[in-house]
Amino acid sequence: MELALAPETLARWQFGITTVYHFLFVPLTISLAALVAGLETAWVRTGKQKYLKATKFWGKLFLINIAMGVVTGIVQEFQFGMNWSAYSRFVGDVFGAPLAFEALIAFFFESTFIGLWIFGWDKLPKKIHCFCMWMVSIGTILSAYFILAANSWMQHPVGYKYNAANGRAELTDFWKVLTQDTTLVVVFHTLTAAFLTGAAFMVGIAAFHLMRKKHIKVMRTSLRLGLITLVISGILTAVSGDSLGKVMFKQQPMKMAAAEALWDKEEPAPFSVFAYGDVDKGHNSVAIEIPGLLSFLAHNDFTSPVPGINDVNKSEQQKFGPGDYRPNIPVAYWGFRWMIGFGMSSFAIGLAGLWLTRKKFWLAPGLRTGDEEPPLLALTKNKVLGARLSKWYWSLAFVTLGFPLIASSWGWIFTEMGRQPWVVYGVLRTSDAVSPGVSQGEVLTSMIVFTALYAVLAVVEVKLLVKYIKAGPQELTDSDLNPPTKIGGDSAYADRPMAFSY
Amino acid sequence: MQLHDVWFVLIAVLWTGYFFLEGFDFGIGIHTKLLARDRREKRVLINTIGPVWDGNEVWLISAAGATFAAFPDWYATLFSGFYLPLLLILVCLIVRGVAFEYRHKRSEEHWQRNWENAIFWASLLPALLWGVLFGNIVHGVKIDAHKEYVGSVLDLLNPYAILGGLLTLTLFTFHGAVFASLKTTGDIRQRARRMATVLGLLTAVPTVGFLGWTQADKGDGTSLIAMIVAVVALAAALGANKIGREGWAFAFSGITVVAAVAMLFLTLFPNVMPSTLNESWNLTVGNASSSPYTLKIITWCAGFATPLVMLYQGWTYWVFRKRIGTQHIADAH
Repeated sequence: MELALAPETLARWQFGITTVYHFLFVPLTISLAALVAGLETAWVRTGKQKYLKATKFWGKLFLINIAMGVVTGIVQEFQFGMNWSAYSRFVGDVFGAPLAFEALIAFFFESTFIGLWIFGWDKLPKKIHCFCMWMVSIGTILSAYFILAANSWMQHPVGYKYNAANGRAELTDFWKVLTQDTTLVVVFHTLTAAFLTGAAFMVGIAAFHLMRKKHIKVMRTSLRLGLITLVISGILTAVSGDSLGKVMFKQQPMKMAAAEALWDKEEPAPFSVFAYGDVDKGHNSVAIEIPGLLSFLAHNDFTSPVPGINDVNKSEQQKFGPGDYRPNIPVAYWGFRWMIGFGMSSFAIGLAGLWLTRKKFWLAPGLRTGDEEPPLLALTKNKVLGARLSKWYWSLAFVTLGFPLIASSWGWIFTEMGRQPWVVYGVLRTSDAVSPGVSQGEVLTSMIVFTALYAVLAVVEVKLLVKYIKAGPQELTDSDLNPPTKIGGDSAYADRPMAFSY
Repeated sequence: MQLHDVWFVLIAVLWTGYFFLEGFDFGIGIHTKLLARDRREKRVLINTIGPVWDGNEVWLISAAGATFAAFPDWYATLFSGFYLPLLLILVCLIVRGVAFEYRHKRSEEHWQRNWENAIFWASLLPALLWGVLFGNIVHGVKIDAHKEYVGSVLDLLNPYAILGGLLTLTLFTFHGAVFASLKTTGDIRQRARRMATVLGLLTAVPTVGFLGWTQADKGDGTSLIAMIVAVVALAAALGANKIGREGWAFAFSGITVVAAVAMLFLTLFPNVMPSTLNESWNLTVGNASSSPYTLKIITWCAGFATPLVMLYQGWTYWVFRKRIGTQHIADAH
């Protein structure tokens, strides 16, 4: 009991809970901001109403999301100091810099322009209004970049030296922190995965409306946009994931060995599809493997050796002194598989959708009964069967709309837990990072408070999302179709109710 | 002037900006109960800060981020030492942000009432707690030789700090009333002005009390000037409000906030968090700061970003410069 409730354990749980929760909103925010900005640009350029309706519909879902993303993000920033004060003292000189950049450059961008976008419908000419959304989008991406640079430094510390006089890490080369290979691949992978998330969300909801034969014009456009984004980001996520894997094999051999439950060095090393192991004994009793694939993932050839968990543990003991340097193997192993599995099935569904909605495959005009007829996937010329098969696809797309979210959550759990017992790989142990002055009772209180609050907010958020998803895009009003011509709003409309108000 | 002194000033600026800006939006949150007579008036008030509250809050995030980068030891001691009050503030900021965004998203009355209560309490508590925390920072807390806070939560609730809390609470509520009179039109504007008079007089008590105590305890010539500016600006805000110059009244209530926060930082320097156990254990700009290289990097960033932020945030206030009244609030929601 004592160990289970030790302040370090509690602080880790709290960090895990609050971070994974925060990261449910981040990828959707990043991708929806860009997609909404794209849709609004289409409206500004073509003047087609379907684009404006789509902008407002997806914009609303985006806002419900970003609200939660923003407020849960503050917790992360405070938490370093509150729960991990020893960590903050040790790495503040290095880690604080990208964090300060994030606040000063990215957050101000995001938060200021989001206010302009929300309330600016009847205050800003449409081009400037659209520009504000692009600023929000740039803000979210910059924010991701800086925080991932900070995280990558914890995964692979570079550009610093240890200052023995005051017992801390000090920055020597900030440029290196911002541009090391770990940072670049992680940013690439996280951003592509974010777009995978937003695209699957968009495809799922569009499919839901198409299935109910509602809002067809807007949803047809959204579906295509979603599918194209889903497929492109799916390919890029796989490519970036592969490069990230190779970087990790070099930098954190333990994490990748754990991800494969590869106990001892093998040459060539197989990729494990399924393994059931006994951690204490250090072997797997059941394993299904694809020969040579792990060697390929690590080194780009099918024969090179890959060191196992026991080998790395031994070499780390020689390097850092006695101790157990193994992370939680089942979490790393299954987290890695769930990440790939959920992410790639989403990609497969997107690929199928893109294929099925090619011009030829959308129900041929001759078979339609009207312009507002829901497009069917012409898997067959038989109208009845075609409708049924289409419905299957819509349902499948709908139920899998959250798959990339599950994938990215497991991706983070794997990345962060796979690094244990280190908080800064090879430099600072997690057990040395906690706040020495914070009591068990305090951490327990905050963990319970956050978990309870987050649970309530999750219910609220999901209910709101469901309500607005079901309602679908709203009809446009006069003020929507006559955007202001000057900044601050047209004086002719001075007493008109606000286009948007809380 | 060394770089860590520059960063002390910059962090003071970020906190000052935060209290100036979120000060009035905390005040508006409190006025949803104090000033608004019905739901429509509540919505008028909330919408006066609608486009800007999120941007205002980022001043806090930047202050915290900058402290982490420029003074890691200050950040570590402060955040781990004030664990429970900060937890409470965090919960308030979460609830408050969500409340603004979600209140109007359903039309059921209990839904809206719950979020309105949330806005009130989640504005009032941080307005009070920030003063308590800054009272403790200035006064000093039990910090040991390892730069760790070794006191308890109850140590934070001393009379001086509580008076500081009352100061921020009343001052922000006053600042909010003045802002409401500046940004609204119609009946609510008149009532906001009347209420500002009462609140201004009420604010004078803890202002004179807390700043006077600070001056007697740790003050010098410059802090005395800041104190005088704060008190005079408060009187000027009251006067301007009385004669209906709402823009001036807001400028003066803002100057009161700026001068009061400036005074706290002036009395603090060169410490960032004094120790009450042993003077040699004080956290100072020297022993709590980052390396010169890191300070240089973030100075470039701040030098480039801060003016830009002020520019586009200022632009936001200009875009939404028009007053709003009940006629601007649609019937729906």
